[in-house]
Amino acid sequence: MTAPILALRGVTRSFGPIEVLHGVDFALHPGEVHALIGENGAGKSTAMKILAGYLDPTGGEVLLDGTPIRFAGSDQAEDLGIIMIHQEFNLAEHLAVDQNVFLGRELKRGWLLDHKAMRARTAELLASLECRVDPAEPVRRISVPDKQMVEIAKALSRKARVLIMDEPTAVLTERETEVLFRQIERLRAEGVAILYTSHKLGEVSRIADRVTVLRDGTMVRSDPAAGLTQDDMAAAMVGRELSDLYPAKAAGGAEPVLEVEDLAVPGLVEDVSLTLRRGEVLGIGGLVGSGRTELAEAIVGLRPRSGTVRLKGRELAPERVAEAMRAGLVYLTEDRKGAGLLLEKSLRENLTLPLLETFGWPLIDRRREEAALDKAIADFAIRAPQRGMAVGNLSGGNQQKLLLAKTLLSDPDVIIIDEPTRGIDIGTKQQIYGLIAGLAAEGRSIIVISSEMPELIGLASRVVVMHAGRKAGELAGEAVTEGGIVRLAMGMEQTARDNAA
Amino acid sequence: MSGTASISKNRARGARRPDLRVIGPLVALVALVLIGMALNPNFLSYANITNVLARSAFIGIIAIGMTFVITAGGLDLSVGSMAAFVAGLAILVMNALAGSMAGLPVLLLGIALALLSGLAAGFINGILITRAGIEAFILTLGTMGIYRSLVTWLADGGTLSLGYELRELYRPVYYGGLFGVSWPIIVFALLAVLGEVVMRHTAFGRHCAAIGSNEKVARYSSVAVTRVKLATYVILGLLVGIAVVMYVPRLGSASATTGLLWELEAIAAVIIGGTLLKGGFGRVWGTVVGVLILSLIGNLLNLTDFVSPYLNGAIQGVVIILAVVLQRDTGAAR
Repeated sequence: MTAPILALRGVTRSFGPIEVLHGVDFALHPGEVHALIGENGAGKSTAMKILAGYLDPTGGEVLLDGTPIRFAGSDQAEDLGIIMIHQEFNLAEHLAVDQNVFLGRELKRGWLLDHKAMRARTAELLASLECRVDPAEPVRRISVPDKQMVEIAKALSRKARVLIMDEPTAVLTERETEVLFRQIERLRAEGVAILYTSHKLGEVSRIADRVTVLRDGTMVRSDPAAGLTQDDMAAAMVGRELSDLYPAKAAGGAEPVLEVEDLAVPGLVEDVSLTLRRGEVLGIGGLVGSGRTELAEAIVGLRPRSGTVRLKGRELAPERVAEAMRAGLVYLTEDRKGAGLLLEKSLRENLTLPLLETFGWPLIDRRREEAALDKAIADFAIRAPQRGMAVGNLSGGNQQKLLLAKTLLSDPDVIIIDEPTRGIDIGTKQQIYGLIAGLAAEGRSIIVISSEMPELIGLASRVVVMHAGRKAGELAGEAVTEGGIVRLAMGMEQTARDNAA
Repeated sequence: MSGTASISKNRARGARRPDLRVIGPLVALVALVLIGMALNPNFLSYANITNVLARSAFIGIIAIGMTFVITAGGLDLSVGSMAAFVAGLAILVMNALAGSMAGLPVLLLGIALALLSGLAAGFINGILITRAGIEAFILTLGTMGIYRSLVTWLADGGTLSLGYELRELYRPVYYGGLFGVSWPIIVFALLAVLGEVVMRHTAFGRHCAAIGSNEKVARYSSVAVTRVKLATYVILGLLVGIAVVMYVPRLGSASATTGLLWELEAIAAVIIGGTLLKGGFGRVWGTVVGVLILSLIGNLLNLTDFVSPYLNGAIQGVVIILAVVLQRDTGAAR
């Protein structure tokens, strides 16, 4: 095997008195895709930031081409060809795509910017990513998956020797993920060392040559991917055998609880009808951008709509989200940080926000709020180091559990959960799946919107698939398969199955 | 921000931890008082203190409302002009009615008119910002110019003065009081306590902070975002009306220069008090401290010949900048 480009040797890292990495060793070889996996809080991000020069190790050393190095900062690491693609976008929203790609490394002709060359080069990079975004478009106007592609194009535009990718596929559809993988394979063939993290173990098996598993800051195994099954990886991450990831499906009654008829959101959703029965988990699948989220937001009243929505036989007025909540219909957003939680506020303030009036009027009763938080922490197994801490400092999994607690505070009958497990680790995923099944068993009805096929198949007894703003079809029982969902999601089987059902 | 939130919580739970960022404005206020005592023995005299407080009351009452607007992520630049316009309008109407009615009813009508027109002006700002979606800064910059120009036009470029009899009748509202404390101070104190309770202990206050922190999250959490934002501007307008009711009897007149730069003093007081200019966190007691700091600086410069009173604005400016620097540290400490 060739010599590693970049390696960690016995690296430890502490934040204050707490050590979060305990002597981690691993090496990135040219032409190898190295997957780093672990639960949230296992130390993946810290390890990546040390590799990319954002953080210094507390102990141990970073080796570049075999010699110890201490980066002065991420800039120096970038100059040496070590590029990191962050999970959170680092894009200037108001600048154009090409301006972002070359930000800080603008091409010049004399002392003037060479706009033409930058635009052409950006177009080339995007074409290689099969991304059809106009390089002149401001970044704020492009979709989330396109933003991810722009981030990747930005990294590709630098001469990368080491590419570190922090969950690049979290917001990508399967098709986009395939395109990304082809690029990764191309880079691998060119001899770039790639470090890749993902919570999607299927992807890890598919793309990685070597897998390193972190658990609680310790490296528990580092092996060639060929000999590892997904179950092996999950077991190593969690430290125990994950018996069935998905709980048994609830049967669901016959009584319709939520009826949607001919719902339309101008330009986004057209003529969607669906019925949700008591105690049922209904899945909504489809590509990102197929109108799933917009449909859900329109149903609960967060978007203008036409068509009718009936909850327990009573019609709900459009754009009345508070009324819908009082009637027993709530929505849990896919955008945890942008629309779900107030990141700089405490757990208590976030938990009670939708229902403050019920915690005392005119004055809020702080003790009742604290009691509600106690209950939420216990019921949802939220792990927060301090009660008064800002929610933004919680791990993604704990944020998601808090968001669930907040959404369920009003004791709803119908819960629409958009991407219940985006960006959270497998242990927490299992907890959330259990919770969803528990809610259904209590006689509540749940709609789960997800881009993860196994999640839809594992949780839902019926799946509605969206394609280009329309309902492409509906699958039930044995027909709920990955192939069936994909065919509908790609628009290959317009309504045929629907009619047959 | 997160620091202050968790700290205020720690305080509530009994774990007292002094933090300069939280008590900073209070420390500055105490320091100013100590400097004042050292420089001039008259500083703590009853006359001087009541004078400072009564003068602070107008800006203070407005700044309380401004705290809610800014906490909810808004801004209102029009309050100074609005005050001048409301005062001019009330004086004009009272003078017009004076011939046909007895003094007291005229006065009461004038007061009611001031309150109502303040409320209406706030409503206009609020409805245009929330429904028509105009940026608060731009809209209130516009209404600021409109009200200033309207009062100049009403006064025909000069001064609108309240008739002599009405003025005598109205005088006690500014100069009178209870137990030697004048009415403006009493009203300011009551409104400040009320404002602090509303901000910290009611759903409305919490909703303001939630909207200022992230409007989308608030909307997705079933908070009536439009209504709450509108309410902050209406409350501010009403408080401008109350401030005018207290202010008119002081001079008995209004002109093109009435209330000049009040908006900036009110905003400065809010920021010095620790409310975040970008919204998301506000505290009314801080605003009260901010108002007192600003007026004490002016008062001290007048009482001593140490520094020229002409440098008042410069020193206030330094204090404002320092306050913002402190805020930024709060953010970085997250």
